[in-house]
Amino acid sequence: MRILSDTRYDFLGLRRRTYVFSAVVVGIGVVALAVFGLNYGVDFTGGTLVQLQFQQSTDAGAVRAALGDLGADADISQYGSDAEFLVRMPSFEQAGQNVTERLDGLMDAAYGADVGSVVRVEAVGPKVGSELQLRALLAILLSFVVTLVYLAFRFEMRFGVAAVVATVHDILVTLGLLALLRMEVSLATVAAVLTIIGYSLNDTIIVFDRIRENFGKGGRRADYKALVNRSINEVLPRTVITSGTTLVALLSLAMLGGEIIRPFALILILGVIVGTYSSIFVASPALLEIEDRWKRKQGGVAGSDSRNAKSPATPPAAARSQAS
Amino acid sequence: MLGTLRGRAIVILAVIAGAFYFLWDTRQELCEPTSDDPAAGEVAIGCSWVNLGLDLQGGSHFVLEVSDPDGTLTDEAKRDAIDRAETVIRNRIDELGVREPLIQRVGAERLIVELAGSQDPERAKGVIKANAFLEFQLLHEGPRLADFVAALPRIDRAIVNELGPNALGDRALESVDGGGNTAVEELLFGGGDAPELTAEGDSAEAEAGAEQAAEGDTGAQTAEGPIEGDEDGAAAQDSAAGEEEADTLSTEPEDRPLTALLLNSGQPGIYFVRENDRELVERFLALESVDRAMPRDTEILWGADPIGVGAEPYWELYILNDEPAITGEHLEDAIPNIDPQFNQTIVQFEFNRRGGRIFERFTGQHIGDYMAIVLDNKVFSAPVIQARIGRRGQIELGAAPLLEAQDLALVLRAGALPAPLDIIEERTVGPTLGQDSIDKGTLAGIVGILLVILLMAIYYKVAGLLAIVALGVYLVLVLGGLAAFGATLTLPGIAGLILSIGMAVDANVLIFERTREELDAGKPARTAVDEGFQHAMSAIVDSNLTTLLTALILFQVGTGPVRGFAVTLSIGIIASFFSAVYVTRTLFLFYLARRRGARQVSI
Repeated sequence: MRILSDTRYDFLGLRRRTYVFSAVVVGIGVVALAVFGLNYGVDFTGGTLVQLQFQQSTDAGAVRAALGDLGADADISQYGSDAEFLVRMPSFEQAGQNVTERLDGLMDAAYGADVGSVVRVEAVGPKVGSELQLRALLAILLSFVVTLVYLAFRFEMRFGVAAVVATVHDILVTLGLLALLRMEVSLATVAAVLTIIGYSLNDTIIVFDRIRENFGKGGRRADYKALVNRSINEVLPRTVITSGTTLVALLSLAMLGGEIIRPFALILILGVIVGTYSSIFVASPALLEIEDRWKRKQGGVAGSDSRNAKSPATPPAAARSQAS
Repeated sequence: MLGTLRGRAIVILAVIAGAFYFLWDTRQELCEPTSDDPAAGEVAIGCSWVNLGLDLQGGSHFVLEVSDPDGTLTDEAKRDAIDRAETVIRNRIDELGVREPLIQRVGAERLIVELAGSQDPERAKGVIKANAFLEFQLLHEGPRLADFVAALPRIDRAIVNELGPNALGDRALESVDGGGNTAVEELLFGGGDAPELTAEGDSAEAEAGAEQAAEGDTGAQTAEGPIEGDEDGAAAQDSAAGEEEADTLSTEPEDRPLTALLLNSGQPGIYFVRENDRELVERFLALESVDRAMPRDTEILWGADPIGVGAEPYWELYILNDEPAITGEHLEDAIPNIDPQFNQTIVQFEFNRRGGRIFERFTGQHIGDYMAIVLDNKVFSAPVIQARIGRRGQIELGAAPLLEAQDLALVLRAGALPAPLDIIEERTVGPTLGQDSIDKGTLAGIVGILLVILLMAIYYKVAGLLAIVALGVYLVLVLGGLAAFGATLTLPGIAGLILSIGMAVDANVLIFERTREELDAGKPARTAVDEGFQHAMSAIVDSNLTTLLTALILFQVGTGPVRGFAVTLSIGIIASFFSAVYVTRTLFLFYLARRRGARQVSI
C-alpha cells in the first residue's frame, strides 16, 4: 500500500497564501494572548485546587452552598461527570487550619459522611507559583538556544534560524489557542508545549535533512525553490504516516485517558497538527527566504562583508557543487 | 553473515533480558511487605512493575522551606537548618512507618517530602510540620506581672500610635457593650488599680485551683466566673473614685485597644481573649512598637486549644518569663498514654541525666510557682510546681484523641526542627483517583498501541510486522529503563509513553519509505534495505537528538511531574533508537537470509 508517493505538489508556490494564513492565525493568537491572557492554574498563580467526588450526582450550586464561606471566592466547576467537581481557591493556607480539613468537614456536614470526599488537592504557595513561571519560560528559551546551536553545528546556521522561526510560530499558535479556549495552564501544559517544540523540530529536521541531502547531490542554487519543494514531496509519505500514528495514539489518550490527562492530550494533538503544518509551510519557506536574502547579500556586498567570510552561512555543499 | 546475525541476536536478547531483570528486581522491591505498625496509616498498594508516581498510586507531595518571615536568616543558616531538618523529618517519617518516603533537598533551603500511598495527608502534614520545640517557662507572677500590667498603657499607646485611633475597628462597639459588665465586675471583684495586689489575691485562689491547673481544664472552670475587668480598664474606673494619675487614662476602648480585648481569667499571668478577637490581638502583639513597650523579660503566648465557655470559645493568653527553664534538647524519651484517673490523654517524657539535674534544681527553687509547658510556642498546660521534679514529667492534652498524643510523642522523640518550616506546596491524590488514572491510562495505552500496530501492519505488510515486533521490544526496554533508573511513572509520563509510541515508529517509517524509494529506483531488495537504513540514519539521529536535548532541558528546569515526563521521554527516545534501528535491522537480515536470492521484499 502506498500513499502520496511520487507527488509533485508545489508547496512553496503556495507560500504567499500560507504566509497570510499563518500571519492571521498567529495574529489571532497574539491578540487573544494580549486580550484574555493565559488562564494560569494554581501551579503558577498559587492557590488551592481541590477535586471532590460524590457518590451521587449533584450540581455546582449545591456544592457551593455546602462549602459556605469557603466557597465564597472559589471557582466551582463540574469535572467530567456530574458527581465530580473541581474547586479552585485563590487562597493558599499552609499554616494550621487547612482548607482540605475544613472542606472535608463541610462536605461531611452537608452530604453526610462518605457521600462526598476530597480525592485530590493541589496547593501551591504564591512564591512557588511565580518561580515555576520563570522556570517554564527558561525551559522554552533554553530549548531555542540548544536547537539553534545543534542545527548550526550539524547543518548550517540558516537551518537553525528557520527551525526556530517555525517553532516560535508553533508556540504562538498553541498559546493563542490556549488563551482563546481559556484552557487552564498547568505544569503539565508546559510539558505539553515543550513536547510540541520537540515534535515540531523533529518534523522540521527530517525535511531539512532531505533538503541538505538533495543539495549535496548537486542541486543548483538557482532552482533552490524546486529543490526544497521536491524534498518536501519526497518525505511527504513519512510525514503523513508518522503524524497519523502519533495522532491515533494521542486521540485514544484524549478519549480514554480520563479527565486529568485530556487537556494534555488535546494540546499535543493540536501541536502535532501545527508542527506538521509548520515544517512544510513555515520552516521550509523561511529557509528559502533566508537563502534569497543571503544570495542577494552575497551578490551585492560579496567580499566586503567580513561576517560572511567566517560565517557558517556559506553552504559547503553548495560551494562544492558549484566548484564541481 | 550468520556470525553477525548471531551476534546481533545475542545483543538484543541480552538487552531484553536486562530489561526484564530490572523490572523483576523493582517488582520484588515494591512487593516487600510494608511496616505492619497499625498507626502507620498506610495500606499496601500492591505490586507493580515500575515505581508509580503519587498521581497514579495516591499519596502526598510536600515542599518545605525554612520559615524566614523577617528575612533575617543568612543563606548559611538556612542551609544548615535545612540540613538538620532533613534528618529530623526522616526520623519522624520512619517512625510513622511510611514505606519508601522520598525526602530530598532542593537547592539551599527547600525540602521535598513524598509519601506514597499515605492515607492521611493531614496527619502526615502535622507530623512533618511540627517543630517539636519544647520549653518550660515560668508564668509571670508578683513583681514581674506587675511590671507587665504597668506596661499595658504604654503598649496601648504604642498600638494607637501605630495603627491610629481606630485600631479596634468595629470591635470597639462590642467592647463598649462589655464595658458595662466591667463596671459591674469591678464592684464585685475589686480594683485592678493595684496589680500586685490582684496578683497576690488571685494567687490564693489560683493555688486552690492548682490541681485543676494540673489537670489542664483550669480554664473551663475558672472561666465560668470572673471574665472581664482588665487592669487598665479597672484603673480607669477607679479614676472616677478620685485617683489623679488615672485621669490621664481614658476609658474609651479606642484608646486602649489591647487591654479592651483582654479579659481577666482569675489566675495571674493568664488572660482570656474572645475567639473573635484573637486575630486582632495577634496583630497588635506582632507590632514592633508593642514589642519595644513590653517589659524586657516577658513573652506572651497562646494556649494550645480554645476553652469553651457557653457558646463563645475563649483563648488563653499566657504572660511568661521568656527565659526557658529547660528545653527539649535534653529530652530522652516520650511515650503517649491515657491517664486513667482523669481519663485524659498525656505524653510522658523523660529527660536525660543532665537535663534531669537542671530540671530538679529549677523546680526545687520554684515550688509554688506556675510553670508553662510550651510546645512550638503554644502553652499546653501550666501546672503549679508542687515539689522538686526529676527526670520525668508529662504534657496533658485533655480530651485529645490518643493518636494526637502518639504523634506528639513521635515528634518529641525524633527531635526538634532547628527552625520552623513552611509548607509551600502540597499535592495530594487519593488512592481511588490514582487507581482510576492507572486504569484509564492503561486502557488508552493499549488502544493506542493496537491502532498503531494496525496502521503499520496494513501499510507496510511484512516490514510492518517486523516494526511491530520492534515496538514490543521498545515497550519492554522503556519499562525496564524506567525500572533501572529508579524512575517514577507519572500520569504525564504515561502520556509521554503513548506519545513516544506514536513517534517510535517514526524511525521505521523513515527507513521503510527510504527503502521503497530505493526499490523504486530499481535496486535489488538487499541493497535497497541496506541503503534505506543508511540514508535514513542522519535524519533519525538528528531528530532524536534534538528531542533528547529538549527532554534534558525539561529535566533540568522542570519539577515534579514534568521531570517524570522528561525521564520517560528520554528513555523512550533511546529505546526507540535501539529497537527501530538495531532490532528492525536484525529482523530484516533474518527475513532476507531466509529468502535467499529473493528479489522481492514485502514492504
